Amino acid sequence: MDKETLTTNSLLYLDGVTVSFDGFRALNSLSFAVAPGEMRAIIGPNGAGKTTMMDVVTGKTRPDEGDVMFDGAHDLTRLDETQIAMLGIGRKFQKPTVFDMHSVEDNIRLALKHDRSPRGTLLWRDSSEEQDRVAAILDTIRLNKIRDRVAGSLAHGQKQWLEIGMLLAQEPKLLLVDEPVAGMTDAETRETAELLKEINQHKTVVVVEHDMSFVRELGVKVTCLHEGSVLAEGTIDQVSENERVVEVYLGR
Amino acid sequence: MIAALVTRLGDRGTAIMVLTLMAFAVLVPILNLVVPPSWPIHVPTYIVALWGKYLCYALLALSIDLIWGYCGILSLGHGAFFALGGYAMGMYLMRQIGTRGVYSHPILPDFMVFLNWKELPFFWYFFDHFWYAAIMVVLVPGLLAFVFGWFAFRSRVTGVYLSIITQAMTYALLLGFFRNNFGFGGNNGLTDFKDILGFNVQSGGTRNALFAISCVALILGFLMCRAIITSKLGKVLIAIRDAESRTRFLGYRVESYKLFVFTLSACMAGVAGALFVPQVGIINPSEFAPANSIEAVIWVAVGGRGTLTGAVIGALLVNYAKTYFTSGFLAPYWLFLLGGLFVMVTLFLPAGIVGAYRKFMAQRRERAAVAAAEAASPVPEARPAE
Repeated sequence: MDKETLTTNSLLYLDGVTVSFDGFRALNSLSFAVAPGEMRAIIGPNGAGKTTMMDVVTGKTRPDEGDVMFDGAHDLTRLDETQIAMLGIGRKFQKPTVFDMHSVEDNIRLALKHDRSPRGTLLWRDSSEEQDRVAAILDTIRLNKIRDRVAGSLAHGQKQWLEIGMLLAQEPKLLLVDEPVAGMTDAETRETAELLKEINQHKTVVVVEHDMSFVRELGVKVTCLHEGSVLAEGTIDQVSENERVVEVYLGR
Repeated sequence: MIAALVTRLGDRGTAIMVLTLMAFAVLVPILNLVVPPSWPIHVPTYIVALWGKYLCYALLALSIDLIWGYCGILSLGHGAFFALGGYAMGMYLMRQIGTRGVYSHPILPDFMVFLNWKELPFFWYFFDHFWYAAIMVVLVPGLLAFVFGWFAFRSRVTGVYLSIITQAMTYALLLGFFRNNFGFGGNNGLTDFKDILGFNVQSGGTRNALFAISCVALILGFLMCRAIITSKLGKVLIAIRDAESRTRFLGYRVESYKLFVFTLSACMAGVAGALFVPQVGIINPSEFAPANSIEAVIWVAVGGRGTLTGAVIGALLVNYAKTYFTSGFLAPYWLFLLGGLFVMVTLFLPAGIVGAYRKFMAQRRERAAVAAAEAASPVPEARPAE
């Protein structure tokens, strides 16, 4: 595919993205593309640039060079976090970040797609349609029974799910999920893989993950990063057989 | 619509607060004006003026709690907005003096005649109209807060850095208002007031009216804050306080929310200052002193940050204590007491008086619930599978 069709056909398209912090190249001419409806796993050793890549896509960090296109039309390097979120990119942080002082339900409500201006929220009124949407999301993330609990009192795995639920409530086109199974039990990890597959039926998902067995469970195309650029791309088996990957990542 | 608002606002704390203040607004003037001084329940006029002043401080504390307690913006310069509202009211009161001043000039206030000024500076125009001054009381602090907040929040200045620049702001205003050529009476400020809306500011009736109006202003301020924090906007504010970047990635424009609540809070502080000035009879640059702003933050911390009722209770309590301790033999040690109080609260009552009370009540309810559950089913229930 030539560059033109790649840009317009991909949901997310990074080309030659470079980010330096005090001379250290966190991203070094990183290029890859994610097709609409795809689920993509991004792996790589610590410091490979996975989180920086997320920061660039969500507008937290501006790249020194390179293009980041979304949906073929939006140049993400020119927009800030809020604008990018409104375009339809949702992000789950590495450490679960939910609103600890709010109830599970309120966390979802705050994330629901609606008027985000101070005026809109000041005059906001509840509706049965909104209640249904909240209930549907709570069912998907399996937290409906504890919807009134304060989010700060949830177990680690439940917080991760709540955050994924908040992403769903945003109704994004693209979900960026940073290490969703860090600190989860094996059972929770398996359930999370199921949950992500379920979500992927309707949305494009990019998962950054350390846990190789989890990536294997997802069974999707894998991009391996190293020192800020793509080292290998393909199925998990292809990538894990790649000699360079074995050398830098699997440490054998 | 109104009924829905009432049920939303009507928790027990709000009801108690509003009813108590209403009772104050009615009873105190009666006990002062109607009950003869020989009776033990008579309230002397100086007490009315004193508590009227405390009520203004409570409104200032409320405005600080709205931004600090609910949005995490620690302003250490909120006294500036209070003082600006006070100056706007003071300018109106100065223009009401007219020919009764020492120099009997029909238009120029005494200090301008003293400085040999020939005509009124343009920013003193229209301050002889109460409506104009009333608008300025809200507009000037609001505008300053809007401009200040616009730059600060857009540049994402947060935490201790924001606190420091708010201090710098109030200090800069302090220095400015000290200067004679600034046009606000220099270090003497504005004083010797005679009338407000045609009533003598010194008279007992006016003092009681100002006291009652301060009560009403505090009630309205309290209900407005309740309406805000119980709305969805209030939930967004708490979200910003606890996880600002999460809120941003959800698509909320954090700076707009901060700007809205900061400006509103400054307007409230301005109203508090405007009610304060006729009751104490003077406004001078010392009101801009950074220490005043810090003291106001201490009131909120003592009462309980993020509770609204706590801000009011803290302001009344600490100021009463201040009056009590600065008039007796403990007077030289007041500042040590205040500092010690802040340390004690931070160490032993981190959630303030109201926060500690709520925690105590919650624990009691929990114990009662556990006891009731045990009484109902003596067999310990099986641990649910995780």
